[in-house]
Amino acid sequence: MKINHIYSIVLRQVILNKRSWGRWTGILYWPTIDLLVWGTLSIYIQKAGGQEFNVFVFLIGSVILMNFIWRTQQGVAVSFLEDVWTRNFVNLFSSPLTIGEYSVGLVVTAIFRVGFSIGILCILAWLLYTFNIFVFGFYLMPFLAILFLFSIAIGFFSVGITLRIGPSAEALVWSIPAIISPLSGAMYPVSVLPGFIQKIALALPSTYVFEGMRGVIATGSYDHRLLWIGFALSVVYLALGTWYIFLSYRTVLRRGLFSRFSTTD
Amino acid sequence: MAILQVSNLEKRYGNVRAVDGISFSVAPGEIVGLLGPNGAGKTTTIDMILGLVEPTSGLVTMFGMDFRSHRSEILEQMNFAATYAHLPGNLNVRENLHVFSHLYTINNRKQAIVDALKTFDLERFAGTRTGFLSSGEQTRVGIAKALLNKPRLLLLDEPTASLDPSTADEIRKRLLEYRRTSGASILWTSHDMIEIARVCDRVLFISHGKVLLEGDPRGLPAKYGKHDLEELFISVAREPLTLELAA
Repeated sequence: MKINHIYSIVLRQVILNKRSWGRWTGILYWPTIDLLVWGTLSIYIQKAGGQEFNVFVFLIGSVILMNFIWRTQQGVAVSFLEDVWTRNFVNLFSSPLTIGEYSVGLVVTAIFRVGFSIGILCILAWLLYTFNIFVFGFYLMPFLAILFLFSIAIGFFSVGITLRIGPSAEALVWSIPAIISPLSGAMYPVSVLPGFIQKIALALPSTYVFEGMRGVIATGSYDHRLLWIGFALSVVYLALGTWYIFLSYRTVLRRGLFSRFSTTD
Repeated sequence: MAILQVSNLEKRYGNVRAVDGISFSVAPGEIVGLLGPNGAGKTTTIDMILGLVEPTSGLVTMFGMDFRSHRSEILEQMNFAATYAHLPGNLNVRENLHVFSHLYTINNRKQAIVDALKTFDLERFAGTRTGFLSSGEQTRVGIAKALLNKPRLLLLDEPTASLDPSTADEIRKRLLEYRRTSGASILWTSHDMIEIARVCDRVLFISHGKVLLEGDPRGLPAKYGKHDLEELFISVAREPLTLELAA
């Protein structure tokens, strides 16, 4: 794996993001809108009688952590889509760049994007609502680690699907993370979900983070075993996502699908 | 030793044979023209040489190495440009060359970029977004990118297709000059038979995924009773079987 090759993928995204206001919409605008809507709603619910449990903290916490998933997945997927939109795959993969280096380049880009986006969101949450993300104390780091690995895995699945299906799969790339929030109980406990959905929820690493966050807010601690289950699941998802992206790349080569990315379809 | 050796290369998509057991080689410093009608299998052959399409069977070796086991080492020493593979339009010309220079081992990147801009008369467009350039100018940027790493083997898929005759002539001269000074080999596809006759040392006519004819572009038409390369091309496209029998 050559650092120069990875740097090339990251450099392109840095140049594009540095000068394009449009690209900042996804990174800053939507997370800020989410924060304003949910932050204000949670204050209203709190005042209307939600004081018995700290609805404000858990809703804002959910918004930030959900955005963390969303922005990380999009950090991978949107950087990949840039190459779809500019029909760049033939140029990239006729060079010594490998699919492994390309994937690492997407992950590094995602780290920059999510770091900036969530950093600004946390500052805004503090300025607007005096919400401190460090209210989760020690648990913040494992929460973020689990969500990061899981989001990268979702990003890899999005890339793999688009490689196989072609540019028409773009809508799917945008919508995949939307299903994570309701399934993993980002805004409510898993126990209120219908029975069969609860089983799906327990198979998602993010569920253990959102449940953990509520546990920390309610009692100040969380069962470490559940954190380990979440972490183990996220590693499994990441391994599957990595396998899928390599498998999809191989399928592209076998079926000659790169030419599909040279057309407008 | 051949720079590029293609042996019994085949690509099947279901029952369709896009490339049907092609074999050929390219010697050091040689320019070989890959000719054939649309759908003959030229681009699929080039894609297999570049590793963009996996062959169903057959072997590609370059610089004495098997592509399957030495992909990165091989691609490090070659490059590619095509009319259908423009560089990203949302980066300017210098940025594109900068980004792509990092995909290759280049000793002095800055100088390589300056040289590439100068060689293809792109200095005045260096700060212009590539997507804002004309099709011909974008093709020049693509060829400039293809020479960044001083490749020993250059694959050019219709490199002058979108250029006006004057610019096309300039580009041909610069590519021939590059071959002369570096000793590089070039595999060149084109539908411009005058261009092919002018630049290629040898041509391969492909039809229905097979190599039908091979030889010196200046002597080949007479051998098959044709006036010129264009007439021979039309025969290959319309009556491949007749020529196959004649061969």
